[in-house]
This record gives sequence, structure tokens and C-alpha cells, in this order.
Amino acid sequence: MGVFYLKRHLRSKIHHGWMLVCLVLVLLMPLIIGFGLTFKSGMLFQERSLGELLFTTDWRPVAGKFGLLPFILSSLWVTILAILIAAPICLLTAIHLTQYAKKWVLKLMHPVIDILAGIPSVIFGVWGILIIVPLVSRYIAPVFDKHVTGFSILSGAIVLAVMIIPFILNILIEVFRALPDELTEASLSLGASKWQTIKYVLVKRAFPAIVSAFGLGLSRAFGETIAILMVVGNVPRMPTGVFQPGYPLPALIANNYGEMMSVPLYDAVLMFAALVLFIIVTLFNLTSRMAIIRLERNQ
Amino acid sequence: MTDRRIRIIEEGFARVLMFLSTSTIVLVLLLIVISILVRGLPAISWEMLSQTPRGGFYFGKEGGILNAIVGSAYLAGGSTLLALVVSLPVALYMNVHLVKRVKLVNTIRFLLDLLWGIPSIVYGAFGFAVMVFLGLRTSLLAGIITVTFFIIPIMIRAMDELFKTVPRGLLEASFSLGATRSETAYRIFLRQGLSGVVTAILLAFGRAIGDAASVLFTTGYTDHIPSSLGQPTATLPLAIFFQLSSPIQEVQQRAYASAFILTCIILIISVLARIFERRYHKNRIRF
Repeated sequence: MGVFYLKRHLRSKIHHGWMLVCLVLVLLMPLIIGFGLTFKSGMLFQERSLGELLFTTDWRPVAGKFGLLPFILSSLWVTILAILIAAPICLLTAIHLTQYAKKWVLKLMHPVIDILAGIPSVIFGVWGILIIVPLVSRYIAPVFDKHVTGFSILSGAIVLAVMIIPFILNILIEVFRALPDELTEASLSLGASKWQTIKYVLVKRAFPAIVSAFGLGLSRAFGETIAILMVVGNVPRMPTGVFQPGYPLPALIANNYGEMMSVPLYDAVLMFAALVLFIIVTLFNLTSRMAIIRLERNQ
Repeated sequence: MTDRRIRIIEEGFARVLMFLSTSTIVLVLLLIVISILVRGLPAISWEMLSQTPRGGFYFGKEGGILNAIVGSAYLAGGSTLLALVVSLPVALYMNVHLVKRVKLVNTIRFLLDLLWGIPSIVYGAFGFAVMVFLGLRTSLLAGIITVTFFIIPIMIRAMDELFKTVPRGLLEASFSLGATRSETAYRIFLRQGLSGVVTAILLAFGRAIGDAASVLFTTGYTDHIPSSLGQPTATLPLAIFFQLSSPIQEVQQRAYASAFILTCIILIISVLARIFERRYHKNRIRF
């Protein structure tokens, strides 16, 4: 009895210890990443100010000029445009699937959303080059009387929109499912039509959560790298229109890993770019998730 | 009366729009799969699957992408295994040991969701920074560790979603029979949540094999199949990326073929996940 008891409890202790170690390690990860990137980009600030890095447009690494503004703005253009494309599609589909659709449609859509969410970034990039880039240069741009290669902010945004649709849609479906049935019943019993109920009761009630879902989609889009790198054109210049090429932050980091060790401070700048990306994405995530949690608590 | 008519027209219009956006999503998925299929299938050959690049491969001469296929399998397999060793204990700990501390567990979940949101390029850059700090070169090991960090939050959250649904009564029954907490965790919860664990493993494997941004800095690229953890390794996403940026037609064709292979792997993983989910769902105890 004694030995057996000891052995079991020893094993339990070991398991317990390992679990705790893993948990602490995982929870410290964001801190470690943040500190690591800050440390690596630290030597930049010996002769430059934060404002100079973030808000100037001069990008000449060989001359020691590192203005990140064109890249930050490109990122913003592409992600905001992507959200503008994805948001209505996601909202309408979520309403359709939770309020109107028959069971078999739901059964069909679940694997469709899952597969779309699982397709690797690089495949979206290949698809973008095959379909979206020619589409933009041959059909969409001529409508606005522009003649471009198609490698543009708009192409990037379309590809990005498709990539974040499954992500946003999953959250929106959860949001609409979580709404209490009594809301619908009360509204219908007062004589409102189904569409009025959706428009004035359900969407109104879920509005903060819907905005948060878009916020989460935005932060997901902001860090997307390979797909967008393949279709956006990568010209380090201030973006002036959606048919112009852009050069978002993640693309900048990914594109220059080869040469960054040969130019002084270049690697520090790229680490700083990664840090900026990390901070922006985490802030967006933090506020969106907080808003969703607050909403759930109120329900 | 006209007011009513406007309302009916509005609802009809909205329903048409809703139907259109739902079908758009299905059509886009079909379009992606079909375009990869149409461009990739004609370019694929046994040679591509069974050989490593020969001399002049990048000018359209002989060889295949076996190096990238094997490299990706090593990388994804290694990091999934490593991530499992960390993720499973954490997921169990959250649901067995911390079962009474709801607030703490919810905070952990929140932090994990934040971690999940960090883009893979940031993990890649961080991994690179650590490598430089330690004086390491690009290698399979560095890639495995970076990708492991990247997939851990995904894995834990996927497992947690299932462990969360294990009935509380089962936990109490196990404790009352004198089982320790870790015995309850590994013998009861693991068995009950096996479908979730398998799904989580497949999900993480899919992420690991498909991600390019985190391995770009850390694993490097080579024409050889790595024979040790210290060597650089080719991966499928990077093979597609590099071949597609080549100006030579034949090399681009190979990129499409490689994309086709990667898509097939992802689709197979997705189907497997569904099968496992169904099979193990039947044997679970419910209250």
C-alpha cells in the first residue's frame, strides 16, 4: 500500500509540475516576444526618434533613411479595404445562415467555411495571381479608365477579404446564435415582420459584437504576409489609389530577410517593424475581445 | 398600404442579397480549388514527387520537389509533436486542476486568444532574433521551435473547447473514487476528449505545414533532404513561393503543381479531422 501510494502521488506531483511549467511558459510567450523584439530594435533609437521612424516617408536603407510611413499606410489601406469588402458579405451570410437557411444549407456551409479557413496563405496567393490580378487589370481597372498591371492594393484587399471571411463569419454565426430567442419571439408577437425583427432587434442588439468581430478580422488581416506579398506589387511609395501597388509592413519584413544583414541597422528596422505589427495587432485583438466579453456578460 | 409594400420589397431584396453572399462564399472556394486543380494537374508528374532538384532545376530542367515535401513533413510533424507535449498538459490543467477557478481559466483563455492572433511573421522575426542572439544558422530545428510556438495557442484552444464540455459529474465521480488529479486528467478527460485532441492535432498540423511566414527566416531553403536537425530545410509553401517568382515558364508550372500538392494535403487533413470527430463522438459519456 505504502509504495503504491507513494508512486501514484509522485507521478501526480511530476505531472502537476510539468503542467504548471508549460502553462507559465505559454503565458509568458507574448512578454518574451515583446521584450525580444524591443531589445533587438533598441539600437535604432540611439540617433533616431520614434516619430522619425513612424511618420517620415523616406525609405533608403543604404543611406540609413528608414521612414516606415509608406508601409504602415499601405497596410492600413489594404486591411481597411479588405474589411469593407468582407464585412457586408459576412454579415448577410451570417443572418442568412442563422435566421433563414434550411438545415442542409448549414450542413453544406460548415465544411465550406472550415476548408476555406484551412487553406494556406500561399495558396491564396497563387489563386490571387491566377484569377484576381488579371481580373483587376483586365476588367475592373478599365472601368475606371486605368491601365495597370493588376498587382495593386485592390488585388491585395480582395485576396485578404476572402482569407478573413471564414474567420469573421464563424464569430458572427456564434454571435447570432447566442442572442436569446425571447427577443425574436417578443418582437414577432408585437406584429413586426421577420425582416423588421432582424433589422431593428437582432442586429441592433448584437451591434457591438458585430463591430468587434470586424475588429478581430481587421487584426487578422493586418498580419497576413505571404498571400498579400504575392499580389500587392511591393513598391515602397506612399499609396495614392487602390489601383496603385502598395507595400504593407509584413511584406516588407518577409521580402528583405536576405539582405538585412548586409546593411547596417537594417535588421533592427525590420525587427522594429515586427514590433509595430505585434503591438497594433495585439491592441486590436485586446479591445475587440474585451468588447465581446463585456457584451456576453450583459446578456 | 404602400408602406407595407415597400417593406415586403425590402425584405425580398435583402433575402436576395443574403442568398447571393452565401453563394459567393461557396463559389469562391470552388474557384480556388478548381483554378489550382486546372493549372496544377497538367504540370504534375511522378518525377516531381519522387526526385529532389537536379542541376538546372531552376531553369526548367530535371528534378522534383521531394526535398520540399519531405522537409515540410519533418517540420510539421516535429513541431506538432513538440506542441502536443506542451499543449495537452496545459489544456488538461485548465479543465481539471483549475476547474474551480473560473475567473483564472477565463483569463488564461483570453491570453491564449491574444497569442493566437499574433501574426506568424512576428513569430518568424522573433525566432530569427533569438537565432542571431544564440549564434545559430537557419536549420530544421530552429524552424520546428518557431512553428511550435506559433501552433501552441491554436492547439490548446482547440483541445480546451472539447475538454470544456466534459461533464462535471465525471470529474467528481473520479475524485470520489480516490483518483488523483492527474490520473483524472490523463485517464478520464483525455479519453473523453480524444476526438478533440485528434482534431486539434490535425488542425495544428495543417497550420504548420501551410505557413510560410514563420519558416522564411528560420528554416532557410535547400535542394537536399535534411539528414539532421542542424541543416536548413526546404518547405512546400516556400517552394511554391520561390518557383512562382521565377520568370521561366516551366518553373512556374511546377509552382502550380506544388500548390496542387499542398492543397491536396490540406484537404485530406480536413476530411480526416471530420471523420475522427464523428467516430469518437459516439463513445462519449453524457449526462
